[in-house]
Amino acid sequence: MVPDDRKYTQEHEWVLIEDGVATIGVTDFAAGELGDVVFVELPEVGSEFSQGDTVGTIESVKAVADLYLPVSGEIAAINEAVVDSPELVNSDPLEDGWLLKVKMNDVTEADQLMDAAAYGQLLEG
Amino acid sequence: MPPPTDNFWKADRDMPYVPHSPDDIRTMLEIIGKKDIGDLFDHLPAGVKLDRPLDLAAGLTEEEVRRYFNRAAAANHGQGELVSFLGGGVYDTIIPAAVDALSSRSEFLTAYTPYQPEVSQGTLQVIYEWQSFICRLTGLDVANASMYDAATALSEALSVALASKRKKTIVLPVTLNPRYRRVVKTMLSGEGITVLDAPAGPEGTTDPVALAKIMTGEVAACVIPNPNYLGLVEPVDKLSDVIRDAGAIVVAAVNPVALSLLRTPAEFGAELAVGEAQPFGIPPSWGGPLLGFLACADKHKRRIPGRIVGRTTDNRGQEGYVLTLQTREQHIRREKATSNICSNQGLNALRATVYLAMLGAGGLAELGEANLIRITALRKTIGDIDGVSLPFDGPVFNETVIRLTRPAVAFRDFARKRGVLAGIPLEGVAGCGEGDLLVSVTEKRTAAEIDNFGSLLEEFLSGRPEGAEVSS
Repeated sequence: MVPDDRKYTQEHEWVLIEDGVATIGVTDFAAGELGDVVFVELPEVGSEFSQGDTVGTIESVKAVADLYLPVSGEIAAINEAVVDSPELVNSDPLEDGWLLKVKMNDVTEADQLMDAAAYGQLLEG
Repeated sequence: MPPPTDNFWKADRDMPYVPHSPDDIRTMLEIIGKKDIGDLFDHLPAGVKLDRPLDLAAGLTEEEVRRYFNRAAAANHGQGELVSFLGGGVYDTIIPAAVDALSSRSEFLTAYTPYQPEVSQGTLQVIYEWQSFICRLTGLDVANASMYDAATALSEALSVALASKRKKTIVLPVTLNPRYRRVVKTMLSGEGITVLDAPAGPEGTTDPVALAKIMTGEVAACVIPNPNYLGLVEPVDKLSDVIRDAGAIVVAAVNPVALSLLRTPAEFGAELAVGEAQPFGIPPSWGGPLLGFLACADKHKRRIPGRIVGRTTDNRGQEGYVLTLQTREQHIRREKATSNICSNQGLNALRATVYLAMLGAGGLAELGEANLIRITALRKTIGDIDGVSLPFDGPVFNETVIRLTRPAVAFRDFARKRGVLAGIPLEGVAGCGEGDLLVSVTEKRTAAEIDNFGSLLEEFLSGRPEGAEVSS
């Protein structure tokens, strides 16, 4: 399950870029590795971050993972549904389980991310 | 003490409480072929070995030790024998005998850390009820299992606010307890946190206009003490508006006894509240151990230190209590932790829970009124005395500043010789001078004791000039 409409990171996040806004979530692989997600902490809308900053946490019954921002910018939206129902990260990580949207400072940062083929190779690696 | 002529007292010196008897030692030395324990150290160069016995006094018998400590303890003068008007965060209050009796019961003598619910239901249920009481008192959503004292609880609450806002500046009013201010500054000093002061106005409370000037966008949180260290009720709503308008978090530091009469932290917009629960059934004990509490709005519950006990049902559907939540940062992600507090103040939280359960909501309201009635009586008594004034007119709960025409320290020393702890000299705190004394009353002070306080003041002020009473 590695759709090719989006980009990927080493930290197993996906990034879907539309009109300079990046929607970010965790991959199907990451959701499976984490196990049952019980808590998602997301940043405040309007706050600004640099590429690579830690902006939140995903807590499952067996682990806690940091959420890294793959592109710099301002938080445009967070998925309140995931805050209320963290299990969405497991049931639908690529669509309804999205985490946040970032208004990108620099769209060329997307060039540093992996495409679906490269991410697929990482998983097989 | 004269040595007894017989050797009975010395008998216990022949019963050494060490595991190896002389026979054991002799046997072991024989097996390894040594004559003496000293031979085991033969390999050490002569210059580094002590060639004489340690310079220690001979041991005392058990009875001698008992007498030594009884004599030393008798030099203390507890609040049981002195009449105390000391406050400033620790108060002399009535403690019903039931608090001692119930908190000593064996059901509560479970392990310090109640990780095992199958053997710790008593302790866990008490902590759950303590948390419930603190939530009801503060109006906030979540309370933890307790903290060491108000000062450290305040520092922890500010750490939560700093982490939540991802900023590096906090504001402390000068009317906050100076000991809390010092503890906060010490605990946050390693993290590069900037601490700004919010000044007090002539009324003895935090000046909202001056506060607004320092509440820049860089500030994560500001503390509202209520009542403040001068005993005065702060303009909590005005201050809260200023703090929240600047995008910062309101952290309340409150006297929980006063919460039956004053607006709760939740009502004035605080997201975190701390305080000192010592007045709830815990003796002053020369300043500790105390009992801090920490409560927060739901959104901060994942960041608060310590642990939270929850109510649940077991696999037979029976009600039970378990440790429900601790910040994982303290265990598996320690580099992300905002606190290293993992435990709680179990015994004192138990005492406070018993005390509050006995009082109930109605009793707590009466307790608050009893404090208010007595401070009003004290202020009236003092207001009629020449040479002493009441510098602040604002509402108080159970403490007030009195201003003497002579040094407060001299009056404190004068009263101490008459069996009265008069209060805390305030020179240097929030603009107070050498004549200012912080005087506290609780439900424990009688009308006669308050009258006597006034008489002592009159006697002191009409007496010989400054310093003369020292030689009396």
